[in-house]
Amino acid sequence: MKKNRRQSRAIVRLKEIWRRFCKNRIALAGFIVFMCIMMVVVFADVIVPYEMTEKPSPQDRLTPPCAEHPFGTDEFGRSVFARIIHAAPNSLFIGFTVSFGSLLVGGTLGIACGYFGGRFDNLIMRFLDMISALPGSLLAIVMVAVLGPNMRNLIIALIVGHIASFARMCRSVALSISEQEYVKAAKAGGSSDLRIIFRHAVPNAASTLIINTTMSISGVILSACSLSFIGLGVQPPKPEWGAMLNDARQYFNGSPYLMVIPGLAILITSISINMMGDGLRDALDPKLKS
Amino acid sequence: MSEVNHTPFLEVKDLRIIYKTDLETVYAVNGISFKLEKGQTLGLVGETGAGKTTTALSLLRLLPERTGKVVDGTITIEGQDLATMDDEALRQMRGGQIAMIFQDPMTSLNPVMTVADQIGESIMIHNPEFNKEQILGRVKEVLNLVGIAENRASDYPHQFSGGMKQRVVIAMALACNPHLIIADEPTTALDVTIQAQVISMMRNLRDTLGTAMIMITHDLGIVAQTCDNVAIMYAGELIEVGTAEDIFCAEKHHPYTVGLFGSIPNLNVKVDRLSPIPGLMPDPTNLPEGCPFAPRCNKCMPICEKQKPGVYQDGEHQIRCHLFTGAAKGGQ
Repeated sequence: MKKNRRQSRAIVRLKEIWRRFCKNRIALAGFIVFMCIMMVVVFADVIVPYEMTEKPSPQDRLTPPCAEHPFGTDEFGRSVFARIIHAAPNSLFIGFTVSFGSLLVGGTLGIACGYFGGRFDNLIMRFLDMISALPGSLLAIVMVAVLGPNMRNLIIALIVGHIASFARMCRSVALSISEQEYVKAAKAGGSSDLRIIFRHAVPNAASTLIINTTMSISGVILSACSLSFIGLGVQPPKPEWGAMLNDARQYFNGSPYLMVIPGLAILITSISINMMGDGLRDALDPKLKS
Repeated sequence: MSEVNHTPFLEVKDLRIIYKTDLETVYAVNGISFKLEKGQTLGLVGETGAGKTTTALSLLRLLPERTGKVVDGTITIEGQDLATMDDEALRQMRGGQIAMIFQDPMTSLNPVMTVADQIGESIMIHNPEFNKEQILGRVKEVLNLVGIAENRASDYPHQFSGGMKQRVVIAMALACNPHLIIADEPTTALDVTIQAQVISMMRNLRDTLGTAMIMITHDLGIVAQTCDNVAIMYAGELIEVGTAEDIFCAEKHHPYTVGLFGSIPNLNVKVDRLSPIPGLMPDPTNLPEGCPFAPRCNKCMPICEKQKPGVYQDGEHQIRCHLFTGAAKGGQ
């Protein structure tokens, strides 16, 4: 029974957050669009079978959008519609795992550095400076080339590239929070360092972390795309938005839809995620509670 | 056993604190000693930068780790040396035995935690056996104590006014029935009407709960209202210590204390201007050799600039000034 009550308290809180989220029309629109994309991801095979993405039909190559091929066909005569839909899971999976993975690793390091400071801080941050001194794409290229090109290694390489910026952001947030009087007050009340980090620092940093993480998802999708283009990311013939975009470059004059459609897919996804993140930040911030 | 009874609740002996950075060393507290018995209130008075807050933070070992250092002296709490406490004992002591009320209620509450959660935090730490209902019960109890309605427990700090926030901060300090509350300028950030409310509330709480208190302030009016003993601090030294009566009524005073009283407007006498103490406090990185107040003192003698004054003692009243010690009389 006690557990029930605790659960219901959490539900009340969630409902409250949801109510505030819904008041923000733009965020709600972003959420709805994103949910549609997630539906497409989940029901990809129902909408159009996967075989369609790989079946070449040379007689149909570079057909503009028509009833049979809603988004037209590419240079091998494959259905762009099918490829766009089956690329969505890949792109979104990369975007989310890389963003949250680097938030987890970089965030932990950054908050620890900012809060504890001293020699530990110096050591970690100098190491991360070293990583960020290398151009991100070069680092990813080298890592994927060494580990072997596939999606798992692509994700690892991108996470490594993103850790430094996340750590630096979290460190600066943690630094400013640890100077706050309420942290001192919590210490004076007998709180341990871990408790202060999890109960005071992380919740106060949450709005910055959420917005930065969601913003980075679209960037990650793009960098995954560029790696796919040089053959180090998702391997053809597996469909991937970035790879499709890049493949279409040479046919841009005759068949612009080949570039426009994957571009729109990336655009709509990242805008909806950003709008959603913005609304989520506002909904989670009690200072804006009305 | 009788010896144990004689140990004062808090004893600070010859405390010296510096802030050391690469560029300079700030001598914030220079050899202060005082005692505090259970249930007593000590007023720590002085200008901004005199080392009042530094002293308070050192009592909880909360000095900034990278720069602040206690170089000399001991702090004994209920017979226990603060310097030798391990982290666990320290955490038990903070909030449990000694609680602190911070200066600015606007920043000393976490904006993303409800008031109940914040007050409950130290209750949870110091009473691990309590379940949620018991903690909430205690939270409501202390909220009642400081005059905030129970139903506001689940509100966030920004939903409270400044005076209410300070009450919440005080409630946080009271939560675990500490033996000593250090109030670091608890009313500076509040306007005058709320000040009076908060001060009278704190006085009532102290009287009903029997808590000892260190009241840090630069407002002599508050001292007169609340304190049993007063210590006047200047440039990291206690230049005059005594009971409230000594400070407010006795004949002999340190020239700085005289200056402090001279800076208060008097409603009975019409004057065009107040008489402030001229000059500023000496640079704490470069303190004068003799009496720290000598450069601003209107009774300054040659000896004041060369030699630290000794202590003139009359009962509990102590004054550190050459005017009253034998050395000066010999020199005159």
